[in-house]
Amino acid sequence: MKVVVIGGGIVGNSLTGWLAELGVTDLVQLDKGPFPNPGGSTGHASNFIFPVDHSKEMTQLTLESMRQYRDAGTLHECGGIEVARTEERMEELRRRMASAKSWGIEGCRLVTPAEIKELVPFVDESILLGGFYTPSVAVVDSLRFGTLMREKAQALGAQVFANTEVTGIDVEDGRVRRVRTTRGDFEADTVVIACGVWSPRIARMAGASIPLTPAVHQMIDVGPVPRFLSSKTAVDFPIVRDMDTNMYERQDGQGLEVGSYAHRPILHEPDDIPSIEESALTPTELPFTQEDFELQLEHALQLVPEVLGDESVGIKYAINGLLSLTPDGLPLLGETPEVRGLWSAAAVWVKEGPGVGKSVAEWMVHGEPEIDLQSSDVARFYPEQRTPEHVKGRTSEGFNKTYGIVHPAEQWESNRGVRVSPFYEREKELGAVFYEAAAWERPHWYESNAPLVEEYGVNGREHEWDARWWSPIINAEHLAMRERAAMFDLTAFCVFDVVGPNALDAVQMLAARQMNVPTGRVVYTPVLAPGGGFKSDLTIMKMEDDRFRVVTGGAHGMADMKWFRDHCPDGTRIEDHTPSVCTVGIWGARARDVLASITGTDVSNEAFPFSTWQELDNGVIASRISYVGDLGWELYAPMERGAELWDALWEAGRPHGVVPAGIGVYGTTGRLEKAYRAFGAELDQDYDVVEADMAWWKVKAEDFVGKAAHVAAREREPAATLCTLTVDELSRTPLGREPIVRADGSPLVDAKGRRSYVTSAGMGPSLGKYILLSYLPPGEHGKLYVQYMEQLYPVTVDVVGSRPPFDPDNERIRS
Amino acid sequence: MILCFVEGDELSAQAVGFARKLGEVRAVTFAGAYQPAAWAQALAAQDAEAIVAPGSDRGNELLAHVGALLDQPFAANVIALDGDTVTRVRWGGSLLEEARLHGAPKLLSVAPHTQPAAEVGEVETLDAPGAGSPKVLERVEESSGGVSLRDAKVVVSGGRGVGSAEGFAIIEELAGLLGGAVGCSRVVTSAGWRPHADQVGQTGTKISADLYVACGISGATQHIAGAKGAKKILAINTDPEAPIFASADYAVIGDLHEVVPAISAELKRVRG
Amino acid sequence: MRTLVCVKRVPMTGGKMVLTADGQALETKHLGFTISPHEECAVEEAVRIGGEVVVLTLGPAEAEEQLRDCMAIGADRGILLRTDEEWDAQSTAAAIVEAIRAEEPFDLILFGNESADAAGFQVGIRVAHALGLPVVTGLKKIEVGEGRVRCERDVGGARDVYEAPLPAVLTVLEGLNLPRYPSVPGRLRAKSKPLAVVESARPAQRLEKVRLVVPEGQGKQAEILEDAAQVVAVLQSLGVA
Repeated sequence: MKVVVIGGGIVGNSLTGWLAELGVTDLVQLDKGPFPNPGGSTGHASNFIFPVDHSKEMTQLTLESMRQYRDAGTLHECGGIEVARTEERMEELRRRMASAKSWGIEGCRLVTPAEIKELVPFVDESILLGGFYTPSVAVVDSLRFGTLMREKAQALGAQVFANTEVTGIDVEDGRVRRVRTTRGDFEADTVVIACGVWSPRIARMAGASIPLTPAVHQMIDVGPVPRFLSSKTAVDFPIVRDMDTNMYERQDGQGLEVGSYAHRPILHEPDDIPSIEESALTPTELPFTQEDFELQLEHALQLVPEVLGDESVGIKYAINGLLSLTPDGLPLLGETPEVRGLWSAAAVWVKEGPGVGKSVAEWMVHGEPEIDLQSSDVARFYPEQRTPEHVKGRTSEGFNKTYGIVHPAEQWESNRGVRVSPFYEREKELGAVFYEAAAWERPHWYESNAPLVEEYGVNGREHEWDARWWSPIINAEHLAMRERAAMFDLTAFCVFDVVGPNALDAVQMLAARQMNVPTGRVVYTPVLAPGGGFKSDLTIMKMEDDRFRVVTGGAHGMADMKWFRDHCPDGTRIEDHTPSVCTVGIWGARARDVLASITGTDVSNEAFPFSTWQELDNGVIASRISYVGDLGWELYAPMERGAELWDALWEAGRPHGVVPAGIGVYGTTGRLEKAYRAFGAELDQDYDVVEADMAWWKVKAEDFVGKAAHVAAREREPAATLCTLTVDELSRTPLGREPIVRADGSPLVDAKGRRSYVTSAGMGPSLGKYILLSYLPPGEHGKLYVQYMEQLYPVTVDVVGSRPPFDPDNERIRS
Repeated sequence: MILCFVEGDELSAQAVGFARKLGEVRAVTFAGAYQPAAWAQALAAQDAEAIVAPGSDRGNELLAHVGALLDQPFAANVIALDGDTVTRVRWGGSLLEEARLHGAPKLLSVAPHTQPAAEVGEVETLDAPGAGSPKVLERVEESSGGVSLRDAKVVVSGGRGVGSAEGFAIIEELAGLLGGAVGCSRVVTSAGWRPHADQVGQTGTKISADLYVACGISGATQHIAGAKGAKKILAINTDPEAPIFASADYAVIGDLHEVVPAISAELKRVRG
Repeated sequence: MRTLVCVKRVPMTGGKMVLTADGQALETKHLGFTISPHEECAVEEAVRIGGEVVVLTLGPAEAEEQLRDCMAIGADRGILLRTDEEWDAQSTAAAIVEAIRAEEPFDLILFGNESADAAGFQVGIRVAHALGLPVVTGLKKIEVGEGRVRCERDVGGARDVYEAPLPAVLTVLEGLNLPRYPSVPGRLRAKSKPLAVVESARPAQRLEKVRLVVPEGQGKQAEILEDAAQVVAVLQSLGVA
């Protein structure tokens, strides 16, 4: 491995240190600026870390980073409080308590205004309702840590060059070959772009895209603060995040730093960042725009009047600091889908930097990081999500959500309607409420089904938060599907073929289940990471001897396609059909009747059994599988024939009472009644097939990625097993990620140190129960509770393992 | 005839050199205490095609008065004149301006150290009937607490990179070993680490040392404007791209906190 | 006591001068703005002297930012002579004189000794002449007494002490004082302080800017010294060690 790491900020330094640690000796690190501060975002970072986040992945990266900062002696624990000025925020802080417990962050507690005053005596507690105190909040020295990592790499043989600007990246046959710089050329088979706000520009040199934008974060430093003159450390008082005003206040020696995410989004172009010599300070410390900070000053003054109201305390430093924003707010990590050997380690903040460095290094060297980086995978974006409109729209919208109260189902408003199925117009007429998946518009429910709510006697939800981004129509659609049948728009599926004489070898190597099956079979299979965790789960149809069709969820489709492409042997290729194929699902008691009336093909159970596919006489490809646990098919047609297919089904369905149904049913109610697992919720790299209770009766003889780990997992007792729980009373409806606890509120921790939390939550309308999925350690199936909004709600463990609560013998699917 | 105000210093000799290129020069000066308004009145009363002065504090001030008295434009710190087009210095020399000077007589001060000095020759002392202008009540000699920055042969200067007021101890030590003065950049005086009297720059002191040692100074144009009078510049900075190096004769790429004490130690070692 | 301080909006330059394509101005898209350093001290001094402090500038609409900065550290109100062009010193002085006449009387009119950018060294002096007021330049110390002002000017190793009757025009140098940073309350107060905007048309220019030029670099290729011994050798060769 011949590696060049471009970038000497917190990410480049951490990564270089870790690559050296993992044994990479042919290692070069470059930066166009000087060390220790080359002028990127690390140099002006506020350097504090709040570990609690609703995302498991981000929390794991943050905790790993804090561990490294601490071990290096570059972390100072000062505590931190997220304060609430509104009741809505107090609710959010209660949810943060849940996340803290789910991800194992100790010592967090809600504090009263008086307790806040005791911890941070210079705040005006009279404007606060309370706060969320995290004692482990810390300030780190990211420049010092970076220097230590760089020096470690150098000691292990890495070459480090400051003041070396990259002028080009050569790509041959789709692989990166060398980096051209002002110091000459560096041959390489692996190049990592860890260039922060400059990353898109560097990626473009190789023909790749890194979809981020430099954006302004405003920050001022005031001082000297009389109260701080006697401070013993640089930060004697907990850091305060004034969440409702999108601001923070933190002591910095004798000064107080005030930062804001409240101003209008101010985006820059990577090409338009000044050079080092053109800059008055550094390239990422741009001139402060006072007019954007006026309101923020007033807000900050309200909270810390003792400091900011003091006429002797001056504003000594004020910048528009640049940082990186991405369309979905998550980092951009991993090999780029465009160029083999070209990696991205971008859009990473100081709080994640060392963890990202370690994880990406592991990924590069071992093929798999210890922390699952699926949400941060740079390959996750479709071309439609890499456009300037998308990046600008979403980052502008996301910026003010930095400290926002974001509902788990919250939808984006910008750059919508980018990809629509051929049924879109029909769906609009039916009052579809569209949610977005992988840039596609997908109906989540249909307002035209509102009368079904009364017909089926569906109840609403009492609490606004529980009912936000939800409708009782979903449950009504579900019941109509079970009783009659429902049509689903599944066009957002990612569909690609593995083609070539070695196609079987290719899919055998990736699918955990046996793929040497007759043409016409559909196989649902886990795809494993080398360590035995889940890389994906998807269905593969055997089309011909040399052609297998992969159908996978839209959200993770691009990463799946890259995984397959990366593992294709010579002579095998990937054909992407996603843009040309649309999908309609039809499921329910009457599904066969409906399908039979649009085709002459025999669709009886005998002629068309479960887990098979056929091309119907009308040219539609029908696959008899189900994610909602009912009789029915997925129907694939060319885009241009989509409307025709929809209309035919619609007409044929009328006499049978067919309803259109949205993803609310497909992804939640229908799925959860059957305890079907979802990638990214139940299935990730942290859990194995045995724990998910998805192990099949025997392991295939052929080799496949993750086989050894899988075999080992089968030979031991699982540390936890995925269980189906139901909430005893239906007064509140947890939405996912909440901790499962004992009566005393103590968390369940399995032998691997993982805590039990709700992986998915939703109504089972046919069961009349609210369903939660959660991995529980053995022997912990007694009286348990879900912790939601700081209340404990009793739950019952209905099923240990994957047996479906609804139609446990799968009679419907197989009927 | 070109009237040229002189004061018997180096800048005046440069001004005369410039003026000679324009025509026959009449060099004039004044006796007695400095009275800008009165002296200017006397200059304005002379019949001249152009009035030239050195680009010194006094030269610029006098010509500003003359310009006001005659209601004529005045171009300060000129480096060239071609017909009515002047090239003059902006931003302390970091930028040049070409401009048309629509005036008679032409009023020009000569940017310091941009012209060769000339033999001044005969100097006529003009009378200035001193009236009206504020007068000098007294002259207070500064207690010279060491080598003055302006006249020091060596100036050792620190910038943002020094990091604190205390950080100047190593700068002071090296300056002491070299018998020089301590200087600093504007960032340092704004932060209150050093008095303004130590500031080298466009709005501080313009030095004329044999050697200027710039430690942890990035080299903003405002600073270079004060430092470029030095014959040689040695810059110490972690950043080889720092603009200071474009003006430096010698460079040490490194952290001043290590480099400066090392130089002091080496000096002591060499001297035994 | 009423004091007028005249200031100029100038960019905060980095280490390199970059011009706009037409060569008429500095490229400022990456730069912040401030007032000339001497003027910062003038404003600070006016605030310390006390009484009403009016701050005036001639510049673009954006120069309101600099007037508000001055108000944030204590100036009471601002006057913006609004123009989109750069003016020569003579016409700048004339516009200021006109504005002063509309606002008189002032006890003290303060300028920076010269602006950071154009550095014409003359606007204050021209204003004094037009108003028939005494003027003292290059000041590093000002003491206001009853009807008089006593001030000091550096003259190479000594200080000349002047006294002038009020009203007077004074031009000052950085080092006169250490200007304060604005406080948050100061910033917030500045938002609502009065600002008068006077549209100003530029007269014919008698020092007419044609274009700006970045001077040729000194072309120096610094010799890299690797260690303290090499540095000391150089010091010895220069005869300073």
